[in-house]
Order: sequence, then C-alpha cells, then structure tokens
Amino acid sequence: MTLFRGRRILAGAMTLVAAAALAACGSKTTDANTSAGVTADVSGDTVKVGLLNSLSGTMAISEVTVRDSIMLAIEEINAAGGVLGKKVQPVGEDGASDWPTFAEKAEKLIREDRVAAVFGCWTSASRKAVKPVFEKNKALLFYPVQYEGLEQSPYIFYTGATTNQQIVPGLDYLKAQGAKSLYLVGSDYVFPRTANKIIKAYAEANGMTVLGEDYAPLGSTEFGTITNKVKSAGADAVFNTLNGDSNVAFFKEYKSAGLTATSMPVVSVSIAEEEVKSIGTQYLEGQLTAWNYYQTTPGAANEKFVAAYKAKYGADKPTSDPMEAAYVSVYLWKAMVEKAGAFDVEKVREASDGITFEAPEGLVTVDGATQHIAKTARVGKVGADGLITEVWNSGDPITPDPYLKSYPWAGGLS
Amino acid sequence: MTVLIGQLFTGVSIGAVLLLIALGLALTFGQMGVINMAHGEFIMAGAYTTYVLQQVVTVAGWSLLVALPVAFLVAGTMGVLLEILLIRRLYARPLDTLLVTWGVSLILQQLARDVFGSPNVQTRAPELLTGNIALPGGITVANNRLFILALAGGAVVALTVALRVTPLGRRIRAVVQNRDLAAVSGIATARVDRMTFFIGSGLAGIAGVALTLLGPIGPTMGTNLIIDAFLVVVVGGIGQLKGTVIVAFGLGVLQATGEYLTTLSVAKVMVFVAIVAFLQWRPQGMFTLRTRSLA
Repeated sequence: MTLFRGRRILAGAMTLVAAAALAACGSKTTDANTSAGVTADVSGDTVKVGLLNSLSGTMAISEVTVRDSIMLAIEEINAAGGVLGKKVQPVGEDGASDWPTFAEKAEKLIREDRVAAVFGCWTSASRKAVKPVFEKNKALLFYPVQYEGLEQSPYIFYTGATTNQQIVPGLDYLKAQGAKSLYLVGSDYVFPRTANKIIKAYAEANGMTVLGEDYAPLGSTEFGTITNKVKSAGADAVFNTLNGDSNVAFFKEYKSAGLTATSMPVVSVSIAEEEVKSIGTQYLEGQLTAWNYYQTTPGAANEKFVAAYKAKYGADKPTSDPMEAAYVSVYLWKAMVEKAGAFDVEKVREASDGITFEAPEGLVTVDGATQHIAKTARVGKVGADGLITEVWNSGDPITPDPYLKSYPWAGGLS
Repeated sequence: MTVLIGQLFTGVSIGAVLLLIALGLALTFGQMGVINMAHGEFIMAGAYTTYVLQQVVTVAGWSLLVALPVAFLVAGTMGVLLEILLIRRLYARPLDTLLVTWGVSLILQQLARDVFGSPNVQTRAPELLTGNIALPGGITVANNRLFILALAGGAVVALTVALRVTPLGRRIRAVVQNRDLAAVSGIATARVDRMTFFIGSGLAGIAGVALTLLGPIGPTMGTNLIIDAFLVVVVGGIGQLKGTVIVAFGLGVLQATGEYLTTLSVAKVMVFVAIVAFLQWRPQGMFTLRTRSLA
C-alpha cells in the first residue's frame, strides 16, 4: 500500500535530517596546539584583521550592517596611512547565524589567516562559542554589541554596552516614568535569559513586579500566544530582548492585537535603526529603545560618521548603535596598537587602559581592568521617519561594571 | 474567559497556517504518494513572489491580491517543471524521489539567496490587515489572522469542490484509488499526475503569500515548515482532505493551549509527544482511504 511505503520513507527522511544535524553539531574545531598562542603574521607591509559576522540566516538582518561599518573604518584608516605604517587587510568570514560555525571560522581566521585581531559576533551565543577559541589561541576579539554582562575574558574587548550602561539605565527610565509592572519577552538563548535575571533582581529591589516572562526560539515567527499573554497580564511596559527577525513577527502581532506604544510601551534593547527600517515603522512608531548611540545623536564626530557611511553605502542606509560600536572598535584597536608600538596581543592589552576616542556617540574611554569601555546611556523613541530620537541620557559616560558589583541588589547574580 | 477565547482564536489561526502549508502536500504526498521535500521551497517561492510584486505594485492591498493568483501560477509551474524533469522519471523509486527533491530544495534555497540576498526581507502589509476587530468583552481578533483563516477555508472549499465535481477531480480520485484501472479506462494518468502536482504546488504558493503577513521572508523559511506540513498530512491520514483539516486545527489549538500553560518550547515537545502517541495507536492516521489498488 502507498500508505505504508510512504511512512517508511518519511522515517527515512527524518533519519537523514537528524544525521545531517548531528554531523553539523559534531564538527569540532581542531586543537592540536593548545598551550602556545598563534602569533599574527605582520611580516609584510600589510596586517590582516578578521571580520566575523553572520551574512546569512536569521541574524543577517543585523550583522551585515556591522560588517559594513567595520569595512568603513578600515578604509578610513588605510586612507590615513594604516596602522604602524601597515595597510589593514580585512579577511571576511560568514558565521551564518550558527554558533559552531562561528567557532570554526574564528579558528580559521586565527590559525590559517593569522590575523592580528578579529572584529565581530553579535549574539552572546556566538560570543560564548568563540570565547574558548580566542582564549586558547591567545588572540584578540573586539565584540561590538550590547550584551548581558557577567563576563570578562582577557582576550575580548567589549565595545558595546554592558548591562549597567544599557538595561539598568533603561529600567531607571521606566521607573522614573512610573512603571510599576513589567512583562519580559525574549529570544531563548543566553543574552535574554541572563538579562531577564538581572531585570527581575532590579524589579524586586525597586518595587516593580514582573508579571510574566516568555521566550521564543531564535527565528521563531509565531507570537499569537505570547502576545495574548502579554495583553491579558496588562503590564505597564514590556521589556523586549528578542533578537533578529523574530522582532518582525512579534511587532506585527503586537499591533494586530491592538496594543500600542501608548497603551503598553515596549522597551527594546536589540532594535536599532536598521531593524526599525526592516520591521516597518508602521509597527514601531512611538516604541522605546535603550542604547548608547542613535543616528540622531548630536556632535561633529557623528555627523562625519553618518555622512561617510551614507556616501559609501547609500543615502537610505541608517546608522545604528552596534554599527557605531563596531566602527569605534577598529579605531580603538588602532590606538592600542600605536600606543603599544606593536601588534603583539599581550602588549596591546597592556596598552589598552585609559585609551580615549572621540566617537560618534561622544567620548569613550577604555577601562583596562574590565576591557569594556565607558559610554553614555541613552533612551530613545522611534519616530514616524524610522529614526530614533533621544528622550533621555545619562549625562556622563557610565563606567563599565560587567559584574554589577556596585549595585547591591545584583549581589546574587554573578 | 477573554483569554480563553483569545487563545482559542490563536490556536485556530495557527491551525489555519498549518492547514495552508499542508494542503498542497495533502495532494502531492497524500493523493499521489510523492514525497516532495521541495514543497517548502514552493511556499518560499510564493512568499518571494509577494515581495517582488510589492516592488512593482506599490499599493500593499493590491499587490497582495495580485500576488495570490500569481504565486499560485509561479509555484504551480515550478511544481510541474519538477514533475516533468525529475519526479516523473522516479515514480517507482520513492527513496530516490526523496533524495532528488531534497537536492532540489537545497538548490532553490541557494538560488533565493543569490537572487534576493541572504538577509530575510519583509513586505508591507496593507493597513486594513494590520488592525483588528474588537469584539465585546475585550476580545480582539486580528485582521491578518482572519484573512489567513478565510484563505485557508476558501482553499479547502475550492479543493473539495474541484475534487468532487469537476472532471479533473474525478480523474484524480480515480487515479488515486486505482491507477491501473484508471489507465485502462482511458484516463491519461500522466497528465492527471501533472495537473495534481500543479494544483498541489500552487497551493504552496498561496501559503507563501499568507505567511508574508505574519513574519519575514527568507531563503530557509521552507525548511522550517516542511516538517510541520508532513506531520499534519501523516497524522491526518493519507489520501484524505478531511483528516488534514481536522488535524491542522487540532494541532494548532493543542500548540496554543500548551504554549499558554507552559512555554513555547515545552508546547512543541508536547505536540510531538502527542503525535507519536497518536501514531502508535493509529499508525494509519486519523482517516484512511480504502482503495482497491494492490500497490
């Protein structure tokens, strides 16, 4: 009977798919040489750097723009004479929104291309995947995206915000606005789960209630139930840590359910100008975001950055916080190398403390102890034109505190 | 109570999506017994058709309406090409069909990546479909969900009528029930197969149009859907539309209820466990078609 034949074949298909998935997971990176680091190849008149971003898959919506701004910084630096007299030569790899692939490509950049530093990664899952690779090989990663904190690798420089420079100020803002209850929605991986742990600790210490907490797998596009739960809980605000284009589905559903920025505002920490554009302004107008930089941030350094970016990639391309942090990371690396007078990783790390840069977001300072940078927190509102306008900022740059040691309520977290 | 009704509606609308993606497969897999792993990519083709049309017809409402028949034709034509070029030569070798169509699915994904770029794209929904209808008691019914529900309902009705009433439908049923006898009665079975494949693949295209209202369009969207589509058809019972319809809505409500009570991931596990248990009890699926064929 066709029926039974069909079933056996279907079982065969499932086995095949499962085998393929297993094979993909099982491809471990080689670790032939675990103790000694690999020295970068700086013998010629160029120095190679690695760019590691997802150019395909669910994270590409965000990571492609980071790649573009890193390329812009490298071009500008080369036009101005390079680093220590050497031209910077970028070697690009696609992490494909897949964490084992990130680890594999990192290994390749360090060992085969012998790059002096790698710029990239977006999701914390990808950073956690490559962290042991960089530590084992004693190589440098510049990570340009806000993240959940509670981490400090000697071989990673974190140029995006840690929690006390983004999420905590975002919560302070909500508290000042009178929000008493929150609903937490996030993607199901390390950043949203850790971020929500911190948010819950903050809420408890500050008299706010968390009415619910829901997670969707990365890439998930079915938000009917979550939206229903959010709506019936009736919180004062929603704290959104969804990543990638799940946000598209979530905000479409949110609007369909009749929820708006005035009835129940959403504060997002992973939606910047580029995402606003692709999600659609019609769904996001009036919603809040917490970042350190917006395209509209005033200042000469930003005007120059925005103009250069638009000249290279098109007038309709917005600039965003992670792009700015990635752009800044290349300049910070340059400054560290020049201060150290060498590309050697340990010397660069030693030279890092106190390095400042007049960034588009304002003055940033590298904190050598934590390898994070001091930056100003900003809360913004999405406008009808798709740009985000600042509604609040912290005034001065906030000193990075990845383990939230200076916050008594965060005692039990790390 | 409000929440319950809201959840019921969410479940039904998940069911409508499942139904739309499984309906085409119910024809090609259910009726013809062809395992087409590229079915998901026909859905993707339908979604990208909507995206392309929106660049041409800039009024979102019109482009969506135009997209429905165009996506049906595009996906249907792709299906017929696949049938003529590959599947027809492999009718007696189902395992080869599976591998070949899987290969085709990978090729189509890469093609989409090359043509439209790797990052996912979005379409603008017509303003009418982004709103909702407020019912008494604080219940809101999202317009885009209603649209998809209507679309799924319409597709089922149209397909049922086509199978019951039209000469082509009669021939399709005849071929499903007994291919040899149909052939000796003068039915051109090869042509019937081609038409069945056209309609089945075309329905995938319609599903693709509907999905653009809910989420992003990307080269890998098909892979995420194909397993769900096969599950619905297998659990519903092969060779029957009735089973597909009931199971699609059943699984939708089960998923929504599970998700409401627990979390999304746990709900997915619950649905899979329920399916495994059900197939242990009724390996032939919910409904079976009695045929006189010896195949």
